[in-house]
Amino acid sequence: MARRPEVIAVLGRAVRTPRGTAGLVIAGLVVLVAVIGPAVAPYSATEFVTAPFARASSVAWLGGDVLGRDVLSRTLDGGWQLLAMAAVATALGVVVGAVLGVMAAYYGGLWDSLIMRAVDVILAFPQLVFALLLVSILGPKIWLIVLAVAISHAPQVARVTRSAALDISERDFVKAMQILGIPGRRIIRRDVLPNLTSVLMVEIGLRLTYSMLVIAGLSFLGFGLQPPAASWGLMINENRVGLIANPWGVLMPAILIALFTIGVNTFTDAVARASLGVGGRATEPEPIALVAREVTG
Amino acid sequence: MTTATEATERVGPTSKAARPHPIRDLVIKRSLIGILTLVLVSILIFAATQTLPGNAASAVLLNTATPQRLHALEVQLGLTRPAVEQYWTWLTGVLHGNFGKSLANGQPVSTLIGGRILNSLVLVVLAGAIGTLIGVGLGVLAAARRDSVFDHVLSVTSLGVTALPEFVVAVVLVIFFAAVVIHWFPAVSVFAPGTPPWSNPRELVLPVATLVIVVVPYVFRMMRASMIDALESDYVQMAQLKGVPKWRVLLFHALPNAIAPTIQVIGLTFLYLAGGVVVVEYLFNYPGLGQALVGAVSDRDIPQIQAIVLVLAAFYIAVNILTDVIALAVSPRRRLPRS
Repeated sequence: MARRPEVIAVLGRAVRTPRGTAGLVIAGLVVLVAVIGPAVAPYSATEFVTAPFARASSVAWLGGDVLGRDVLSRTLDGGWQLLAMAAVATALGVVVGAVLGVMAAYYGGLWDSLIMRAVDVILAFPQLVFALLLVSILGPKIWLIVLAVAISHAPQVARVTRSAALDISERDFVKAMQILGIPGRRIIRRDVLPNLTSVLMVEIGLRLTYSMLVIAGLSFLGFGLQPPAASWGLMINENRVGLIANPWGVLMPAILIALFTIGVNTFTDAVARASLGVGGRATEPEPIALVAREVTG
Repeated sequence: MTTATEATERVGPTSKAARPHPIRDLVIKRSLIGILTLVLVSILIFAATQTLPGNAASAVLLNTATPQRLHALEVQLGLTRPAVEQYWTWLTGVLHGNFGKSLANGQPVSTLIGGRILNSLVLVVLAGAIGTLIGVGLGVLAAARRDSVFDHVLSVTSLGVTALPEFVVAVVLVIFFAAVVIHWFPAVSVFAPGTPPWSNPRELVLPVATLVIVVVPYVFRMMRASMIDALESDYVQMAQLKGVPKWRVLLFHALPNAIAPTIQVIGLTFLYLAGGVVVVEYLFNYPGLGQALVGAVSDRDIPQIQAIVLVLAAFYIAVNILTDVIALAVSPRRRLPRS
């Protein structure tokens, strides 16, 4: 835990850049809307307030949705579950991926082959398709979607962590401790993992963006929260037939999803740039390469 | 998968094997790993959909399931047999092009998805090719005018668009070109039955445009970065000092060296498209594999899900192999055998 200040140092440096500030403020704003939204919404998300696709009025500030429910209230209510699912899926995926990646790198041999072969198998599925495959068995359960997204993240994280950890496992101080007979688990926890913090921070940011895109995409396809619950992805699909009559039903959720992903992306970019300066690690890829590698999301 | 196996046969063991031949070795090695991965993928797909507790029979019957009906259907679908035997039957069927019968309408899955594979492929190839051309073109231009207003505008825009989900892009396009502003293109792709996608060009415009907008930023950002690297190199400065015209330096000196790293990103673009078509096809009602997959998942039509996911995974693996081979072929340095 002696390395904790490094996380804070990198984050602090990232926040102080214009890019980092902008990203954090944008993403933070969306989180704020999603979290305090349900408390300040003027109506219930399932209450019929006005006519279907009614224009904005003093009754419903952003008009009505496909069934005449309040667009503003549904927007305020439809984010927190999406964000919570994305956050849990990301945390789970990064933790599992990092553990597998470090194990593959540190123990090598059979472990390495087994883990990386399993990684290849999961990587052969597009993320959304993998989630759909799991959803097709048990139906659109919330925990299942979170689990599916987490499982589809883990291989990418494992690959990145493995290559970074390989580098560290080869260094003299790790070799020295192995010779001294310090147990592997302890070396990993005390010395390998802390050296991976900046890699993992960037990975968390990227994964959060992709979690959001996949979960919102599933919700758009009708495999997320089930109606009549409000969810941004679902709202876009429900209300797109009334795009001309009342565009807010589509625009509001679309803008919020876009702002969140843009904010997280920008902040991650700032973290990647900031961590390049820390300790001059050779394991750190160029930010652009990081982004480019991730098109598969 | 066909690409991979064909490639293996073409460079098979008959060629002169005296000198190290990294490309042939890579093709053979990657194809073998690819086939192994595909076998494991098929086991995973099968295990996930057919042998788990919530199996096909209960998926079909849902609330109408009584123990008797469940058992009757299980026998009909062969679910009472051992899992390995079921898998073997399924796999041998798949290898003969027989994916079983749809649970939703009883038709053979191969006839249901056969034409859709072509439709999706046209969408992916068009979007991939156009997206690559635009991305490479803009990347070269932005790098050539580095730090100009043009460069900054493109860089900021690409960062923003990178983060947009396909369905948001598609909805914006529909607002502008199909619904609210101008009515140029249909918002829904309805093909006349039995016609190939290229005889319905108007239907293709918006789905392709959506995917192009989503993939261009990635190709652009990579191309710009590697082009800037190339432009800062000694050989480019040498050419400039020699008085080679600027466009010649760009196209014939810098571009060939900058394209290699971009190949990987273009490969990733095609990989992304394999998943991206799902949402886009659903949104535009485009009759491809992705739309069928969404329908099959809703209906819990397991034979169809198995077939579509397997086809998409095979495409994924084939693109991966192809990308590595092309990247190796265009970059002479990496062709040297590793010592």
